[in-house]
Amino acid sequence: MSGRDDILRALRRAAPPPLPLPEWSGRAMRFDDPVSSFLKSVAAVAGTPLRVPDLAAADAAVRGLETWTRARLTASLVPGVGRSSLDLDSVGAPQDLRDLEVAVVSGAPAVAENGAVWIPGSRLGRHRAVFVIAEHLVLVVKAEDVVHTMHQAYDRIRLERPGWGCFVSGPSKTADIEQALVIGAHGARSCAVVVVG
Amino acid sequence: MAPTIGLFVPCYVDQLYPEVGWASLRILRQVGAEVEFPREQTCCGQPMANSGCAAEARPLAERFLSIFGRYDQVVAPSGSCVAMVRHHYRELLGDRPDLERVASRTFELCQWLVDVRGVSRVEGEFRRKVGLHKSCHGLRELRLGKSSETVGAPYDKVQQLLAPLRGIELVELARADECCGFGGTFAVAEEAVSCMMGRDRLADHEKAGAEVITGADVSCLMHLQGLARREGRRVEVMHVARILEGARLS
Amino acid sequence: MSAGLPVPPGQHARAAARFVANEVRAHRHDAAGWHLRSNRDRGAGSVPEWEALREAASAIKAHTLSRLADYLEEFERNARQNGIQVHWARDGAEHNAIVHGILAGHGVARVVKSKSMLTEECGLNPYLEARGVEVTDTDLGERIVQLLGEPPSHIVVPAIHRTKEEIGELFQRRLGTPAGLTDPTRLTEAARHHLRQKFLSAQAGITGVNFAIAETGGVVVVTNEGNADMGTSLPPLHVACMGVEKVIPRARDLGVLLRVLARSATGQPCSVYATHFHGPLRGGEMHVVVVDNGRSAILARDAFRRSLSCIRCGACLNTCPVYRRSGGYSYGATIPGPIGSVLSALRDPRAHADLPFASSLCGSCSDVCPVRIDLHHELLAFRRELSGRGLVPLGKRLTMKLLSLVMRSPRLYALAGRAARFLLRRAPWALRLGPGAAWARQRALPSGPAASFRELWDRQASAEKGGLP
Repeated sequence: MSGRDDILRALRRAAPPPLPLPEWSGRAMRFDDPVSSFLKSVAAVAGTPLRVPDLAAADAAVRGLETWTRARLTASLVPGVGRSSLDLDSVGAPQDLRDLEVAVVSGAPAVAENGAVWIPGSRLGRHRAVFVIAEHLVLVVKAEDVVHTMHQAYDRIRLERPGWGCFVSGPSKTADIEQALVIGAHGARSCAVVVVG
Repeated sequence: MAPTIGLFVPCYVDQLYPEVGWASLRILRQVGAEVEFPREQTCCGQPMANSGCAAEARPLAERFLSIFGRYDQVVAPSGSCVAMVRHHYRELLGDRPDLERVASRTFELCQWLVDVRGVSRVEGEFRRKVGLHKSCHGLRELRLGKSSETVGAPYDKVQQLLAPLRGIELVELARADECCGFGGTFAVAEEAVSCMMGRDRLADHEKAGAEVITGADVSCLMHLQGLARREGRRVEVMHVARILEGARLS
Repeated sequence: MSAGLPVPPGQHARAAARFVANEVRAHRHDAAGWHLRSNRDRGAGSVPEWEALREAASAIKAHTLSRLADYLEEFERNARQNGIQVHWARDGAEHNAIVHGILAGHGVARVVKSKSMLTEECGLNPYLEARGVEVTDTDLGERIVQLLGEPPSHIVVPAIHRTKEEIGELFQRRLGTPAGLTDPTRLTEAARHHLRQKFLSAQAGITGVNFAIAETGGVVVVTNEGNADMGTSLPPLHVACMGVEKVIPRARDLGVLLRVLARSATGQPCSVYATHFHGPLRGGEMHVVVVDNGRSAILARDAFRRSLSCIRCGACLNTCPVYRRSGGYSYGATIPGPIGSVLSALRDPRAHADLPFASSLCGSCSDVCPVRIDLHHELLAFRRELSGRGLVPLGKRLTMKLLSLVMRSPRLYALAGRAARFLLRRAPWALRLGPGAAWARQRALPSGPAASFRELWDRQASAEKGGLP
């Protein structure tokens, strides 16, 4: 407890005169066709962009993915898109998802400038590990949920408290070995993003 | 009445590269400036200041103000010395009206020609392939040009003065504004890195086909020339004033 | 041996000379850093409002620093409401003890850790290992240097000083990969399998904190590899370590900060994962350890306070022509490069008196910094600080005193100039001795003109006088 008091006291003593907190009112980039720009951004981050008119088409698109057709263990948290080959609710420990090959998850908003999708923890079911432990990730987003930049994304996000949420942009990657870009580090090796509508 | 300009010739230019001082003088006179060279000048104090020795730099800063305070404008063929006066004298002397006056009226040569004199025409020729070395103080302190790090519309006052010369070919470097490695006492205190930096610049210019390397700071050029000569490289090194002194500016 | 070993503090020039002497390695390291810088340029250049974003990021951080205690209290209040336990550590020793205490309280013997320069600074790994806790660094670069038994040499790309051949050889020894395997994709695959076992068997996950949100009581951790997420979604216990300066006022401020972070680090528009933790896993626990360790002292310094704005993007390292050619180890500090030089010198000016001089003051760092820290000016200001404390080497001080004396007298100055020119013309060998040697070893000396500018001016003036009727 006294550590806390010491630190806060030291910080207060050291504080400079107050400076204002700016409101970002700057002109942020805008896209003529945000959905199209979002899809381009997804491709740029080594994701696989797909655009479909409705949920049924999304289902067909997901089932048509090579990663899906090859998979035995799949999980879908998006009703009507793909299917779960296991009952996620009855999985006891997140480690038990270790062999999961494809996870289908929905998110909103989706950010055009960088291909990121916000996934609130409440959409991941019992084990949030599902989105990172699966070999392949499929993100389903609605076209109306596409925003231009992160500023607008934060305007829309309601942070669940207590809770968890994550922006995911493309498959996991690293360039730690001689700056050579390698797709697939510890998270998903591929990330298909299906924009519906 | 044309403003009277005090010509500041940095110590190492005065002693080792007087031709750069003369070229600067010729250019200023050619555009109609009334120029004086106050004889009592010596050094702006930058080497001391950059070594952290503020006490040793302060008297020189005071000298500079008292010598050049009488002029309407002060012009120097040196981005680093001008940056010292404009931006760093304040750290030595605090906020003072006499400092503010002199600092705001002290310019690097190309800066003065473009921003103050408004030179828009350069008639002359220089039929060579030229690599422009963008010295760091001039670039990132005086903003003689847009640095490659910043995002915005490109501009470069030195290039602006060179580009119209007939026959000149400004080569494109791989690293447009990487530091040459002089850095004052850095050149000797960190000799290895300094020389590797300089050699890398020379290699860049060579690869781009430069026959002449130019820039607005003699210190950088001195370092690059020293390395080039020691290695027997054929590239010539010339201060921008030497390239412009034969031209007609208006 | 070929990578150069970490050196004790205070030896930058010497260590850098050794680094430069291995030309192949030095050029490769330089090219690696420049590659990151080029990618950064492309990323930044794709945002027309980039400079306005930098200004906003700078202002958010500056404002926060002016109210740090308030924001930390707000953060703690809200974090507690989320079920997060908040601890406070005055220094590295307290931090280590707290983290260990949490782990020991749960009987944890195996921990996975994602990148945290703070834990490097506090020496957490050896502390835990000495107490029987296995710590696996899970960022690929960090795992590589961990297996090599060396510290990271870059804050974002920890193994930038190592070749794929060296990593292949390491993986063969420690992970059983085939001899001669150097392909980065296959090496990464091997690391994925190896680290996956560690994630699955981990009993706790330690992470750093990129941003702590005061308004909502959450912490944000950013990675490309997903290692922080694997490490915090599998084991039930999460310990997040943060410096006091990591707090930001509101979630919406991330709109600015996340837009500049990844672009500055690697040029990507954003990192792959930006995870916002607002509570523990169901049935688990989450702890945040807030650490001072000298930061309040830096906050008190007008000239250096802004260095606390650093968001650890690494852009200043990548752009620094000196860092690229001397390697991280030459700095003898946890964080190398421009920001590391400022922070280390602040922490221990005596030990790191060399670092503010390990710079040509080119200013490139300041121009890339996403939060507009005036890095090169802070380095210059620190030189004055060192001089004031008597920590500038005697030789340099005496030289400057002598030079200053000479420069204060036009007559002495002219005399000295004439003498120097004479020597350059007639006896340049004399100038190659002593201090001149450091110039003349690799560079030709300037020629000594017969007359200085002022001598020529005097002649012209007297000739004109003489020419007047």
